[in-house]
Amino acid sequence: MSEMVQTAVAESVPPGPLQEFWGYFRENRGALIGFSFIVAVLLAALFANQLTPHSPYEQYRDYILTPPAWQDGGLWRFPLGTDEVGRDILTRLIHGGRMSLFIGMMVVSLSLLLGTMIGLIAGYAKGMTDTLIMRAMDIIMALPSLLLALAIVTILGPGLINAAIAIAITYLPHYVRITRASVITESSKDYVTASRVSGAGVWRLMFITILPNCMAPLIVQASLGFSNAILDAAALGFIGLGAQPPSPEWGSMLSGALEFIQRAWWVVTFPGLMILLTVLAFNLMGDGLRDALDPKMKR
Amino acid sequence: MNTKTDLLEARDLTRFYDVSQGPFKPHAVVKALDGVTFSVATGKTLAVVGESGCGKSTLARQVTMIERPTSGQLQFDGFDLANASDQQLKEARQRVQMIFQNPFGSLNPRKKVGSIIGEPLVINTGLSKSEREEQVRSMMGLVGLRPEYYGRYPHMFSGGQRQRIAVARALMLRPKLVVADEPVSALDVSVQAQVLNLLMDLQSELNLAYLLISHDLSVVRHIADDVMVMYLGKVAEYGESEQVFSNPRHPYTRALLASTPHLKPQNRQEHIVLKGEIPSPLAPPAGCVFHTRCPYANERCRTEIPQLRTLADSRKTACHGVEEGRV
Repeated sequence: MSEMVQTAVAESVPPGPLQEFWGYFRENRGALIGFSFIVAVLLAALFANQLTPHSPYEQYRDYILTPPAWQDGGLWRFPLGTDEVGRDILTRLIHGGRMSLFIGMMVVSLSLLLGTMIGLIAGYAKGMTDTLIMRAMDIIMALPSLLLALAIVTILGPGLINAAIAIAITYLPHYVRITRASVITESSKDYVTASRVSGAGVWRLMFITILPNCMAPLIVQASLGFSNAILDAAALGFIGLGAQPPSPEWGSMLSGALEFIQRAWWVVTFPGLMILLTVLAFNLMGDGLRDALDPKMKR
Repeated sequence: MNTKTDLLEARDLTRFYDVSQGPFKPHAVVKALDGVTFSVATGKTLAVVGESGCGKSTLARQVTMIERPTSGQLQFDGFDLANASDQQLKEARQRVQMIFQNPFGSLNPRKKVGSIIGEPLVINTGLSKSEREEQVRSMMGLVGLRPEYYGRYPHMFSGGQRQRIAVARALMLRPKLVVADEPVSALDVSVQAQVLNLLMDLQSELNLAYLLISHDLSVVRHIADDVMVMYLGKVAEYGESEQVFSNPRHPYTRALLASTPHLKPQNRQEHIVLKGEIPSPLAPPAGCVFHTRCPYANERCRTEIPQLRTLADSRKTACHGVEEGRV
């Protein structure tokens, strides 16, 4: 009997980890919608040059503040209208996806990676190391994030990448704190002691035993941080320290056109809508990601 | 008890903890283990019994080398654990494994059963993946887990099955000593017996020694060869299980045994109700640590610390009253 069971198990090939992950991820409809939206924005950003008839920089001076095509006075040449200097908004939105996604990705991956490492060390080492790291993080947190980012950009020089680095540093404490808190909770649990009794070394305990169990809140924080990063990058761009003026970036499009909100709603609405949708998509995907990666949700 | 084949031998083992009582107060010292002497022979079971805070779990932490003792000797299978180098400890660790109280906390929720049981092999041996899987599967068979559980996650199992997984992991390196910290107290009563019988079967099959930590006296009586009763970090009574259970001498042991519920009225003993709480280990009483709750305590008990003395039947107690013949 037991032999029969054994062969049956051997024959049914278990799905690979990637397939298994996809199987669970697919069941969450919201996550799937978010994921498809992100893929669409990503593809549009990648093939922006092929997709758009206009250049994002070309100013059609005769068509300043043309409303969207379905409104009175709208033209199908400019489906979502034009901005205050006559640039096609749809073109700029598609091109802007590049910048915004780049900033979001860079900020999130930078602060997630660094923050997790630092938090892991603080939570695992305890004592003096922990105190030093956490007080340093408190200092970063005590400064208003935009002010700190400003200071860092001033030192590094203006530009999109430097802005991303600056924003990443201001977000560091969030990740450090979350990681440290979960590391402390997890490392007091018996399965960590069990690993230690089996002779696991520091690296194994930190990265293989403890860290995977701390990932759930980090994934959520990362997907939320994406939106903040886009908005902060926009704020830096508004002051002139982020994306430089002619380059299309959702945040700077938004802040650049604020004065027209009464007269031409479309100039402000569409970049804002894009930020909103992208942020929402990332949050939905973050939720699904967390559930798909959590073995407790599996059957 | 003390034979040539002792696997584990502790002599005057102590473990003190420094406790901070706040920024402006001096550090206090908790004597979690205070001069404990015992030995475990190959293939035998020593049960450590006592109420919460008596130092049982601290003892387990010393034996499993999670912590080093403050002073005293701890010999295990030729290793001097109190003074061993890190390299020696790494070697010795493979021969001592542990089973934890709560099977819901002792299994990594992100790993599958196969890799949980196989982890000790990954850490300590250079076996290939397929060799490991083969060993893990045969161990799963030994502890009564079905082979299709290999790829499942711990949360899919009941407490009893989880404890079987924990037992399989502990035995993976073929240890000589298994420290079991309340291995069944978190389980349903109906499953407790299954796990205990599994532990006993494995003991005779693999010639394992157990250091069983428990407060469940019926479990201890069922499984243990020797019993050590602890109170506030000290040994109160230590002897062969049958002797201690049939004829307890130390007043604390008597109170403990009398508190065990019995189904049949004729087996019930007179209840000895201890007054008060176990004293704070930060400020243990002077003299015999048990005198604050002992019905037989006299002036000598309040001032003089009783030594662990061997009685005529080779069991040991630390009680002035027993020595003087008034208990």
